Order: sequence, then structure tokens, then C-alpha cells
Amino acid sequence: MEYKDYYKVMGVARDATEAQIKQAYRKLARKYHPDVSKEKDAEARFKEVGEAYEVLRTPEKRAAYDQLGANYAAGQEFRPPPDWGAGFETGGAGPGRSSHSDFFDALFGAAARERSRDTEDHHAKVMLDLEASLKGGSRTFSLRVPQIDDGHLTLKERVLNVKVPKGILAGQTIRLAGQGARFSAEGAAGDLYIEVDFQPHPLYKADGRDLYLELPVTPWEAALGASVKAPTPGGTVDLKIPPGSHAGAKLRLKGRGIPASPPGDLYVVLQIALPPADDDRARAAYQAMAAAMPFNPRTQLGV
Amino acid sequence: MPNSEESNSSPGIFEEYAVLSVRDLSRICAVDERHIVELVHEGVLNVVDADGTEWRFTGEALRRARLALRLERDLEINLAGVALALELMEEIEQLRRRVRHGL
Repeated sequence: MEYKDYYKVMGVARDATEAQIKQAYRKLARKYHPDVSKEKDAEARFKEVGEAYEVLRTPEKRAAYDQLGANYAAGQEFRPPPDWGAGFETGGAGPGRSSHSDFFDALFGAAARERSRDTEDHHAKVMLDLEASLKGGSRTFSLRVPQIDDGHLTLKERVLNVKVPKGILAGQTIRLAGQGARFSAEGAAGDLYIEVDFQPHPLYKADGRDLYLELPVTPWEAALGASVKAPTPGGTVDLKIPPGSHAGAKLRLKGRGIPASPPGDLYVVLQIALPPADDDRARAAYQAMAAAMPFNPRTQLGV
Repeated sequence: MPNSEESNSSPGIFEEYAVLSVRDLSRICAVDERHIVELVHEGVLNVVDADGTEWRFTGEALRRARLALRLERDLEINLAGVALALELMEEIEQLRRRVRHGL
């Protein structure tokens, strides 16, 4: 396993004070909190920072970590010393059983977590393809679900086959009764709550229950009006483009969005696609157009 | 090796039928009922159907409660700060949507 330089993760010196460490943590936590951050890998970074803080904020853990010395470099192959853990409260759980790194688990034990940083108890978030909501159907998810084993909190990989309710929207939750973790001896298994988000779709962008589709049209279809074919979740439709349409115009197809109750709308956003002027006839057509209708689209810019 | 198991359920969309009590929220979010009440007083959670004798919430309140509790715990901010953060996050989301769809 790789040695982790927690001081480097937090961006503090090895002799940093508790106050400095706390300050660094607050800054990094705000920067990488998955609910707030738009940074790439925010979640992974947030976990890493949380793990580093958990070690450095606790004097015993920090002392134990420092005992390893500065002889290791981040990423270097690390093997815990055989007498490791003597005098420190470490659990007996094996690697890969918590959301911490293997390095952390080897040092402190997976059960040594002071507080559960991810109370993703019986909650999970999944990325769903939009089709699942449009048509309904079963999807298979692999979830890491926490459960208590011999008093230790462990994460267990579970494969769930979930019937996705048609019309579900991003941010909504599916409840699987009795599929959650068993958290107390007296309690029955809890429910599992799965929050849904959509993967990007090649054609449609979802916004709540509405869908947005960008539809390219030719300049003459936009100018003169036309009937063109457009895809919708329910199949291809003939769409009337009104004469004098401009780029960015939105045509609303009522009830053609996500089939929730009530169903959403499909907004078709027009894009004007210019035919390439790559042969003589095309160039002549553009020149004829220029001659027939002199047009300055920049008058508003004062030029 | 991960343990795998199959389960077939016919779940519904939680929000559509969920009418949650303070007790439900407290159980699902694993916090004190008092804490849920505080979130209501701070304006983070909306009570629907206030004419009944007991407070009722929608599934949206569950999402907001969990988000608020995560912010509170992970960033160590107080309830007023959480409420402000949620409002600003919503405003940002609205602005993003406007930019995305040219509204």
C-alpha cells in the first residue's frame, strides 16, 4: 500500500499547530465538499482531506502517525512495522472495509473511525440513464452499503436490481423497503433510499421534468417556415417551424418531456446550421443572396 | 470478494407519496427530533399542510435535511450558516439553469 503524506494533503508543515491544521481543514473542506464543489474529483479529494484531518486533529493519532517518521514519501510503498498499534486504540478490521484508504486502515483499523464521516447509512446516490425514466425498466446498481458486523461498521458491496419508476426526476428518491442496513440489535433492517441523478443524454438535457433538445435547421427553414422531423422521447414527430424563426427560439411540445405526473414539456431550441460554401454552385447561391438582400446584422453595434 | 445479492423490489418514487413526520425525518436522517425542529425554525425545511395537528413534510424536505446535516457536520457551520448556504446554492442552481437554457 502507498504511504500517505497527510501534512502534504492538508498543505501544512509537519510542525503545524492544531489551530493551523483546523484552519487548513476548514478551507479545504469548503473547497472540496461534494455538495458545494464543482471541482473535478471533489469527492475523492474531500475524503482524502477528511482522512488527513481525522489523523492530524487527534493528538494520539497524530503522534502515532509522526512515529513513522518523515522517511516515507507520498506514494511510496509502505509496510506497517510489526509492533505497530501497541498502545494505540486500533481496531481489528481488515483493509477495504471502510471508506478510508488502506493506509489509514492499516494504521488505525477500519473500526477506529471516531465518527462516521459518511452517514450514507441507508442512503445512496446513483447515476441513471435518462431512458430508464422515460420508459421505466429495471437497472442493476452496485452499491456500497454499510452494515454492522460484530460491532464493527463495514461496507458491503451489494448488487441491487431496481425497477426504476417511469417518470422519476433527478433529485428524487427511490425507497427500497427493508433493504437498508441493520443498525441496532433490536431493529429490523432499515429502508434503503436511492437518490437519482441522470447521466448526460446524447439528445436531451433534463431540467426538472422538462427536456431540452437542440434542433439544427437551415436558414431557409428558419426564414420561410417549414415542417421538419424532430426526435422526441415518444418517437419522431413533424414539427412546424414558424416563418421568421431565429436561432435560440424555443418551441414547446407540451407533455413531451419526462412522463412524470404531471408530465414535463419538451423544449426544442432552434439552431441555424449554415450549408458549407465548398463548391461553385454553393458560392454562387450565397453571392446571389448577398446581392438580393443587402443586410447588415451589426447595426446595433454601431458599425 | 464483494458479497453480492439480488433483490427485486417494486419501489415507487418516494416524493410522490411521502408524507413525512418529524419522527420519520429524524429516523431516516439519524438525528434527534429536536434537530429537525430546529431546521424548521431556521427556515431550512418547509412544513406542508400546517393545518393538521402534526407537522408534515415532502420528500424534498428529506433531501434538504440531509444536505443541511452534511454541511453542518462536514464544514462545522451553525444552522444560520447552513440556511444561508442552502439559499445561495439554490440561487446558483437557478442561475446555472438560466445560462444553460438561455432563459
